[in-house]
Amino acid sequence: MSVFVHKHSRVIIQGFTGQHATFHAEEAMQNGTTVVGGVTPGKGGQVHLGLPVFDTVHQAVDATGADVSGIFVPPPFAADAIMEALEAGIGVVVVIADGIPVQDMVRVKRYAADRNAVIIGPNTPGIITPDACKVGIMPSHIYTPGRIGVVSRSGTLNYEAVQQMSELGMGQSTSVGIGGDPVNGTDFVTVLRAFEEDPETDAVIMIGEIGGQQEVEAARWAKANMQKPVVGFIAGVSAPPGRRMGHAGAIISGAEDTANAKMDLMEELGVNVVRNPALIGETANRVFS
Amino acid sequence: MNIHEYQAKELLKQYGVPVPDGRVAHNVDHAVAVAEDLGGERWIVKAQIHAGGRGKGGGVKLAESIEDVRSLTDQMIGSHLVTPQTGSEGRLVQRVLIEQACDIQQEFYLGMVIDRATQRITVIASASGGMNIEEVAKTNPEKVIREAVDPAVGLMSFQCRKIAAKIGLTGKQIAAAAKLMQALYRAFRDKDALLVEINPLAIVNGGSLLAVDAKMSFDGNALYRRPQITELRDFDEEDPKEVEATGHGLNYIALDGNVGCIVNGAGLAMATMDAISFHGGKPANFLDVGGGASPEKVGNAFRIVLQDPNVRIILVNIFAGINRCDWIAEGLVQAMRDLEINVPIVVRLAGTNVELGTPILAESGFPFIMADNLDDAATKVMATLEQQS
Repeated sequence: MSVFVHKHSRVIIQGFTGQHATFHAEEAMQNGTTVVGGVTPGKGGQVHLGLPVFDTVHQAVDATGADVSGIFVPPPFAADAIMEALEAGIGVVVVIADGIPVQDMVRVKRYAADRNAVIIGPNTPGIITPDACKVGIMPSHIYTPGRIGVVSRSGTLNYEAVQQMSELGMGQSTSVGIGGDPVNGTDFVTVLRAFEEDPETDAVIMIGEIGGQQEVEAARWAKANMQKPVVGFIAGVSAPPGRRMGHAGAIISGAEDTANAKMDLMEELGVNVVRNPALIGETANRVFS
Repeated sequence: MNIHEYQAKELLKQYGVPVPDGRVAHNVDHAVAVAEDLGGERWIVKAQIHAGGRGKGGGVKLAESIEDVRSLTDQMIGSHLVTPQTGSEGRLVQRVLIEQACDIQQEFYLGMVIDRATQRITVIASASGGMNIEEVAKTNPEKVIREAVDPAVGLMSFQCRKIAAKIGLTGKQIAAAAKLMQALYRAFRDKDALLVEINPLAIVNGGSLLAVDAKMSFDGNALYRRPQITELRDFDEEDPKEVEATGHGLNYIALDGNVGCIVNGAGLAMATMDAISFHGGKPANFLDVGGGASPEKVGNAFRIVLQDPNVRIILVNIFAGINRCDWIAEGLVQAMRDLEINVPIVVRLAGTNVELGTPILAESGFPFIMADNLDDAATKVMATLEQQS
């Protein structure tokens, strides 16, 4: 099965005709993703990459039966685009944009509260179930089908971990980037729960970073609810307090926010913590075999 | 983005938050003129720097005469104020805020943040005013009141009255506090703030409420729609290298080690620093070149990292997703040609077009130290540093 996206997912792209959206939609299609169309307001009726373009998400869903949307619109317009997708009944909304005002996301989360949808991101490379469905900007070729779930805040650190896994012959069931923003659509707990319930996932690698307590809450949830083993890493051991390390959410605001504090707690809660980021793959291989 | 206390107070005043009468001054004569204009017999002279803990560092003083205003301003402006948050070198004081002194009868804490746990704007209040709220939260968590705001309706009056009652206000002060909190919330929401702190919020002579101190910080991602806030930015409070980096689309943070880092992606940049630390080294900086790194961007990254005289080696770690290793490699070679680079450079390339990038470096004739993976890169950094010393 995998989690959230799979080979039967029908994907539309919002901001379809833009340069990045075009490039990544094409790459996703070459790697097995069923893209069924896209939305660019004002360009409805056109054909792009051989697929129909619609003015609204509603029209796209009606015409194509899409259930997943990849949102490639710029940050100032992203909140509106997410709400449009939710309102049209899209079940999985993937938001790539880095730089959405945080209060916009506060409103989006309120809007999403009574809708049964999953928002992946923002500020994420996206989500990929290798060879079946990719919604995002990650390089497909480094991912291979397998039975390990990967969930991370960071994009490039996700690639790093996946590469280390590949070198040891481990593939991924699904890799989910939950994004580097402080207010994000989906937290670690939600993704862990999905992996725990997925019969095609045997174990999980969880990669967090400084700031907030989501990783610790996830470890606490895992201790109470998970049978599958979890390997965890938190980036930012060497980060100074009070500084935003690239990601809007990567900031140490208190003693409990530091990488070491979080990794210590995760370890106490039964997560197999790896302290050296170069050994994520090796540690997973040892723990999971 | 942070602003000065006097700027925060001016902004909050526009929203109806009561603040002391006062104005900013840039020199001694100006300060004296402000004090005379404000009238009264006692004034507070407050150094305006972004770092907190100013009182502890001698940056907040009571003046009991105009002469005091003159001498205190003279001492502060041009001095480097050291507080628990500035580091030992301190921060240059370029202006002071002159305010009428008031008789404080009772102090409270009032703040608003975007709370990561509730994912909502949350009011934080406490009867323990004037103290570090994180300390209070640690030692007496029951003394810290938290109230999350439903974004669909905003901060309601009943919530404000609840908070006011919980921190011990009574009678007319409850309504006054509710009005103040709603004004604060409107400012927070309208201006895309990330944090506002009134510490202390005081009951002064006569029983009225007054925001005696104010700190505000804003969402950099929302500045495009807040031109009034953008204008308040004070570049003197920021590291010039960081400002220059931002101008080039780079994310740079200076640290105190000697291993310069050039990486793509915030997470990998942190992990690269961590790998260096794990091997016993100390990173000189955090630097994320971001996606779509052109050769020019790579060159600018080198220029900025090399401005730090402590840098003795540079580690370039690129895992290209939307980036391309061949462009990064071209940027590296170009930087070697254009800049005077006297430190060794360890390079690890992976991902998109790595098969094109690696030969560019090998055939360039420059002595790049190539690494196969992150662990190899950190190991080679340490081994090279060892040889140097």
